Amino acid sequence: MKSTTISLPISIRDVTKTYGRTAALDHVSLEIASGEFITLLGPSGSGKTTLLMVLAGFIRPNSGEIRFGDREVTLVPPHKRDIGMVFQNYALFPHMSVAGNLAYPLKLRGIPRAEVEGRVARALDMVQLVGFGERQVDQLSGGQRQRVALARAIIFEPRILLMDEPLSALDKKLREQMQIEVRHLHQRLGMTTVYVTHDQREALTMSDRIAVINHGRFRQIDKPQDLYERPNNRFIAEFIGESHFLPVEVRGGTAYLGDRAIRLAEPPRHQAAAQFLVLRPEKLKVIDAPGGADLNVFCGQVKEFVYQGESSLLYVSLADGQPIAIRQAGGSAQRAPLPGAPITLGLAPADTIIVPSDEA
Amino acid sequence: MTTAASSARTEQQGFRQLGRNAAELSAQDRTEQWMLGSLALPGLLLIGIVALAPIIWLFWLSFRNAEGMTLAHYARLLHPSYLITLASTFELSILVTIICILLGYPLAYIIAQARPRIAAVLLLLVLFPIWTSLLVRCYAWLVLLQRRGLINTWLSDLGLIDGPLRLVHNFTGTSIGMVHIMLPFMVLPLYASMRAINPDYMRAAANLGASPVQAFWQVFVPLSLPGLAAGIVIVFVLCLGFYVTPALLGGGRVMMWSMQIERNVSYYGDWGAASALGVVLLVLTLGILWLLGRVIGFNKLIGAR
Repeated sequence: MKSTTISLPISIRDVTKTYGRTAALDHVSLEIASGEFITLLGPSGSGKTTLLMVLAGFIRPNSGEIRFGDREVTLVPPHKRDIGMVFQNYALFPHMSVAGNLAYPLKLRGIPRAEVEGRVARALDMVQLVGFGERQVDQLSGGQRQRVALARAIIFEPRILLMDEPLSALDKKLREQMQIEVRHLHQRLGMTTVYVTHDQREALTMSDRIAVINHGRFRQIDKPQDLYERPNNRFIAEFIGESHFLPVEVRGGTAYLGDRAIRLAEPPRHQAAAQFLVLRPEKLKVIDAPGGADLNVFCGQVKEFVYQGESSLLYVSLADGQPIAIRQAGGSAQRAPLPGAPITLGLAPADTIIVPSDEA
Repeated sequence: MTTAASSARTEQQGFRQLGRNAAELSAQDRTEQWMLGSLALPGLLLIGIVALAPIIWLFWLSFRNAEGMTLAHYARLLHPSYLITLASTFELSILVTIICILLGYPLAYIIAQARPRIAAVLLLLVLFPIWTSLLVRCYAWLVLLQRRGLINTWLSDLGLIDGPLRLVHNFTGTSIGMVHIMLPFMVLPLYASMRAINPDYMRAAANLGASPVQAFWQVFVPLSLPGLAAGIVIVFVLCLGFYVTPALLGGGRVMMWSMQIERNVSYYGDWGAASALGVVLLVLTLGILWLLGRVIGFNKLIGAR
């Protein structure tokens, strides 16, 4: 259950930050609802970390406005913003014990000693580190440091939590486990959370909404499912998930691949003539004959079969030489088609996506 | 060959349990270690000949006089004149170390915070005095500080003072000269340890609610302590044995322990007494290092983590 009383909405209005001639943030605006878990997703150098640093107050924008609830904080220094933050390398103070790190923000707030001890104990309990209070930071594993950093960021009950690629230093298994833990913690505590990552899978797993950013501008802000199923443009379709692209021409509300009309569940959302058909490997199916009238059909030759355990990937070259790929569940090697064999692939209209190029 | 048979054989042969080529591989490892070790041999020999052997010889001399083994050299050191010298040596060393901390810490902080290019220029300025001859620097101070030196002339021309200030040939002049010479040895280790402080620590402190002043004292200063400790040790130990600057700028009014050693050798030709002085200084220095090591940890003292 989310409780709205302990979280604040964030309002980012027309924020610009330039370094020399490059704009790290180019007039970005974003409204984040109270209690929302939003992820800033983008490649490195996209501006996602800059925006987080602007929210934390470590970077001053050239112009624009930041509001936490009713309070404008654009000019407020970092130590007066009262928001939690988890740093990429955790930034746990090496000269303090675990308990010392957790108590630090409470002591700065003048909270009496007896209460500090109780809250430190409760915070350690919350991140499953009971009994670790007297440890030194360098005696902890990566996952434990991550938990302490999280506990330190929320122990003073901030109403906004910022996280800067907090799981990137962990190995894959631990990272996936921590993703769920962070998600649960957010559901329990309900503070507005802004999470930065370059890992699209992590973003899809954790977020209420994802804001994809590139070259200092938002390219699409949507729920994970909408972002994946209905990308706005080629950049999004390429960045989120695996995909191959075939150039198509849009005329009068219909998309043509060569001279063949493509069956779509709904007409293309953009009117530009030159657009792209998005082919996601897991949406394609191998079919016996090009008979089914309700599918978009692609004929080609098998190029290569790649066994990947829980699934397999089949690289196919279309008649005109365009490479595409198809993913099949259960990668049994016995069904591996030989390279050079002809193959027919089908794609349901509901899964057929047309996107404009990046500039649109 | 069956697995059972092979495991029985390896058990029988003990050290061959590791399998094929194990003996040859470890022999190669040993050879490589020996070759690397032998690279250090010339250095070790040199230290043995020019440092360790003379110290042992001094130690031996300090217990001998014409009649044989004796403690007379050490008994003589209890004379008040030696105790006064010892006290003033420590007084000067402590004062110079404290001034070096007060001047060096802000300087190192500024260099550590500066942009790389400016930091490089500032570091060069700090290092510059080290590349200049010690004697030249001392005489330069003499020119600046003496009765009719630059500083006294300017101050009286400006009407700020009536008569010349006594800036040199005393404790003040010696302190000024020694601080100048010792400052780089304080700044360099401090700078190195400040540079190693991840700026995210300061950001984290600010984010958690620490004002810049609180973050500085509660996070930055504690994290720079290893560098400060190293600087203090280097400066203090160098001061204890310093000779040239006190001799030139002290004008005979500042008596250091090292000057007593020199006097015993060149005026009285008394190697035994000089050796005893040297041994006392060495033991005191080692004692201070041990004490500092106990307080702040030997690892931090030598700059290791």
